[in-house]
Amino acid sequence: MSAQSLPQAPTQRRLPRINPVYVLVAALIIAIVVMNPAFGEPTGYMNYLKRVAALAILSAGALYVIVSGGFDLSVGSIMTLTVIGSSMLASNDPNSTYWIIPLMLGIGAVVGLINGLVVSYLKVPSLIATLGMMISLNGVAFMWSGGAPRGYLPDTFRFFGRYNITDIPLITLLPIAVICLVGFGLLLWWGMHRTNFGRMLHAVGDNPQAARLAGVPVERVRISAFVVSALTAVLAGVILGGRAGVSVDIGSGFELQAITAAVIGGAQLLGGRGSVPATIAGALALEAIFTLLNLLGLAQPVRLVVQGLILIGAVALATYQRKRAGQ
Amino acid sequence: MKTVLVAAAVFGMLTGAAFSQAPNFDDPEEFAKQREQLTATFNGPADQMYLQYAGDAMVDTAAFKKEAPWTVCFSNAGVNNPWRVVGYTNMTEEVKLHPEIGTFTHVDAEGSDDKQIADIDDLLAGGNCDALIVSPNSTAALTPAVEKACAAGLPVIVFDRGVTTDCPVTFVHPVGGYGFGIQAAEHIIANVPAGGKVLMLRILPGVDVLETRASGARNMFKEVGLEVLGEEFTDGDNAKTKSIVEDYLQRGTIDAVWMDAGATAVAAVEAFEDQGVDIPVVTGEDQQDYLQKWRDLGFKGIAPTYPSYQWRTAIIAAVQTLKGEQVPGPEWVLPQPAITQDVLDQYINEKMPPLHYAMCGCEDMPTYPNAWGGTE
Amino acid sequence: MSDAPFTAPKRFRFERHASAILLLSAIALYVALVLMLGQTRFLTLDNLVAILGRSITLGITAIGQTFAILIGSIDLSVASVISASAVVTSVVMNGDPSMMLPAVLAVLALGALIGLVNGLVISRLEVNPLIATLGMSLIIQGVLSYYYNNFAGNVPVEFQVFAYGAVGIVPFSLVFMFVLAGCAWFILRFTRFGSDVYSVGGNKDAARLAGIKTARVVIGAHVICSLCAAIAGIYLASRLRSGAPWIGAEGVYDLESIAVVVIGGTVLAGGRGGIWGTMAGVIIFSLIDSIFNVAGVDAFVKQVLRGIIIVAAVAFYAVRSRRLVA
Repeated sequence: MSAQSLPQAPTQRRLPRINPVYVLVAALIIAIVVMNPAFGEPTGYMNYLKRVAALAILSAGALYVIVSGGFDLSVGSIMTLTVIGSSMLASNDPNSTYWIIPLMLGIGAVVGLINGLVVSYLKVPSLIATLGMMISLNGVAFMWSGGAPRGYLPDTFRFFGRYNITDIPLITLLPIAVICLVGFGLLLWWGMHRTNFGRMLHAVGDNPQAARLAGVPVERVRISAFVVSALTAVLAGVILGGRAGVSVDIGSGFELQAITAAVIGGAQLLGGRGSVPATIAGALALEAIFTLLNLLGLAQPVRLVVQGLILIGAVALATYQRKRAGQ
Repeated sequence: MKTVLVAAAVFGMLTGAAFSQAPNFDDPEEFAKQREQLTATFNGPADQMYLQYAGDAMVDTAAFKKEAPWTVCFSNAGVNNPWRVVGYTNMTEEVKLHPEIGTFTHVDAEGSDDKQIADIDDLLAGGNCDALIVSPNSTAALTPAVEKACAAGLPVIVFDRGVTTDCPVTFVHPVGGYGFGIQAAEHIIANVPAGGKVLMLRILPGVDVLETRASGARNMFKEVGLEVLGEEFTDGDNAKTKSIVEDYLQRGTIDAVWMDAGATAVAAVEAFEDQGVDIPVVTGEDQQDYLQKWRDLGFKGIAPTYPSYQWRTAIIAAVQTLKGEQVPGPEWVLPQPAITQDVLDQYINEKMPPLHYAMCGCEDMPTYPNAWGGTE
Repeated sequence: MSDAPFTAPKRFRFERHASAILLLSAIALYVALVLMLGQTRFLTLDNLVAILGRSITLGITAIGQTFAILIGSIDLSVASVISASAVVTSVVMNGDPSMMLPAVLAVLALGALIGLVNGLVISRLEVNPLIATLGMSLIIQGVLSYYYNNFAGNVPVEFQVFAYGAVGIVPFSLVFMFVLAGCAWFILRFTRFGSDVYSVGGNKDAARLAGIKTARVVIGAHVICSLCAAIAGIYLASRLRSGAPWIGAEGVYDLESIAVVVIGGTVLAGGRGGIWGTMAGVIIFSLIDSIFNVAGVDAFVKQVLRGIIIVAAVAFYAVRSRRLVA
């Protein structure tokens, strides 16, 4: 036998495949700056990032559940409960923030745990389980506050969502919310793409039977995904409550926006595929679209139609790409 | 192919019919009438606004007189916003002040017309109501149900929104939406020089009580030539309100912000604060958080009200009806004061929740402030 | 070797009777509560008819949603379809009795068209049904809100008979709903399309290999679902005497119809369940509402309990399954 090596296929120089969401975000931002040059100023784009921070963190956390093959419809109501609960417990005491936020995180973890247990052991599909949880949590928020929140959120609590560090060279101001966005974004990215847990998530979402046979503790992974999702919902609630103040239904609609952001970023519903940076880009894209529509002076109904078309378009495109790549 | 043709026909009909039958929210007669009523004198005890009424018309209710104890039934559109929560608390506490009301049955329609019609049916089938109070979720849709109740011989009191039938005993309401819009607009006109720019922030389109407010204000601004920068819808969402104000600030100055309700007024004020811009005239409503922000930051504010004491008046009307006494009707028009700078301090109470409505007329009740979520 | 024929032992098939068990329990709970609170007037025939009659919009919608869920899909656009069809009904009729039939036909055509688009997007573009119908819902709501922002048009008195007319004490609409349910049951039980629905829901790939044109079944099921939503919108327009763009969302018919279908035993993954289970689910929801009214339960507590009940009812069916659920 000669020592010939097998013929090698000629190495093809292929362009690295960029997720279209990044192109979309870039295009949208350019369009906004063209229409409104003030957006290019630090006050412009920092405000935009401040606005999107809550949604971006929320979407990145919701991605964990989506990748594992489920849905978490309860995240919006967790945000509402966080804000209302904090306002009820704070009674205007600035020092209360230091124990309220950990308490809310604890409550969030319990909610996520219940979601996960109901899905894994009671075999209720996550759509129904988290739907029921959403309805019940909204009811709990109403019950707790009697329909109208009792207290103000102290400034120490609102620090995360509202405060800007000013007088910084070059970028003039840096909102705390943006620091949170970058920080938690990195943490969630690391959890999904650099740990074994993240790999197990993808495995469970892609093919749960195969994952179980390969030794992955499927139930525990799923439950952890729901806990992560719930915890990020609490964080998003703190940031949103900080920016917006107390109101009765502050989190409503965010669960669908989070799913939209993940889908725009190329996540596959019913599991197996998703990327945290792309999801955060999806959230940025969504907010950019809304900003652009506002600038164009288009009424709210147009915004709904655009949102619907993007949703269907993004998923259709992603499916088409997958089929073309032979998956 | 056929479905496509039919669809095209449908859409053709849709667009064609789009311009028919739009409800009229710009009624000059109603506008003028409410403008007068805002400053008219009201009959009734001077310190109990929930008992006052405009005009002299009364209705006889001797036919409805009944022996106590009574069962009073209430079909509520819902308690899905803080104003209704305060109002409902007003109502339940008022019930406690009338021992003749033996049972108070309350059904909550959770904001759905369909459900409220079914709820009224339930109350009628349950068969025990001596009087029915209705706060309709929408005007035309609930009319058949109210008519059915009247036909069953029940005295019906309608409040907040009306119905398009005159069979109820009386319709309790404050001056009205045009009045609210006028009060806020007048304040802006008094404080902004001609040519100034006003941003109108509204919650939702199409809601009759809010459309009339906007219409009232628009007419006022047109009269004096103030420029309306834009009419934006906030969905009652604080974050969205802030974003909208921030966007407008980037494009230029805002001399005044007119709001059709107080729900997001604080968010609008905070938007100016966050950008480090002086706060212009910002109108609101009688929520504690807006009143306190107004006092603390010292901007030129005004709080028109849609008084929640009308919820007390509804019970009082029912009680008077069941006693056979005369009741102001067919409309019981309550005063609709606005909180201005000079009386601001009287209405601020830091121990009440932020979304408590100061014009609740409830301070004289024994369970105040605890029943409304406040502390002593 | 004995000649005795082998007869399979009679086993209690839990799935077939589960929804009946739930319904009977709900009825028992209602009766017990009423007797306990001494409010026996709630047990009159009038009242029972009122209970059934309170959820007709939901019931009609749920009949259609059953088809969608049976094939393993879902339809979140029903609320917008209800709003759109109510507005179109009332705008086209515009108080004119001669326009009643054209309005109904137009609305049914609209419903069929929307169902067709839903079905095509799901089967041809292979978009996840949740996303496809959610997107359609936003588009429909946007188009509707662009032209209308309040109640528009009105329904002539002759047509209000649909919602308010009665034969004795039984409302027309209640009879209509059960007749519709009967037709749906007939389709599912006795036609080829019906058995195809179950096959596609059970295992889409196997159905395709067996020669069933799955795309057509998916489209058919979605057309039926949207048609039912359109009919529900027509009924609602008759009941409210007009249509507004928010009435579908106001009644939360999308999530409630899904809840009612799954409480009735139809499995979200498809392939199992049926119309009578859904009807049982509708009645259970009505009973729960009435129970809460009789017991004077606070609206907020009601909401908390409703969420728990939905999850518990589905767990009741699902917990014995050994499938890996997401």
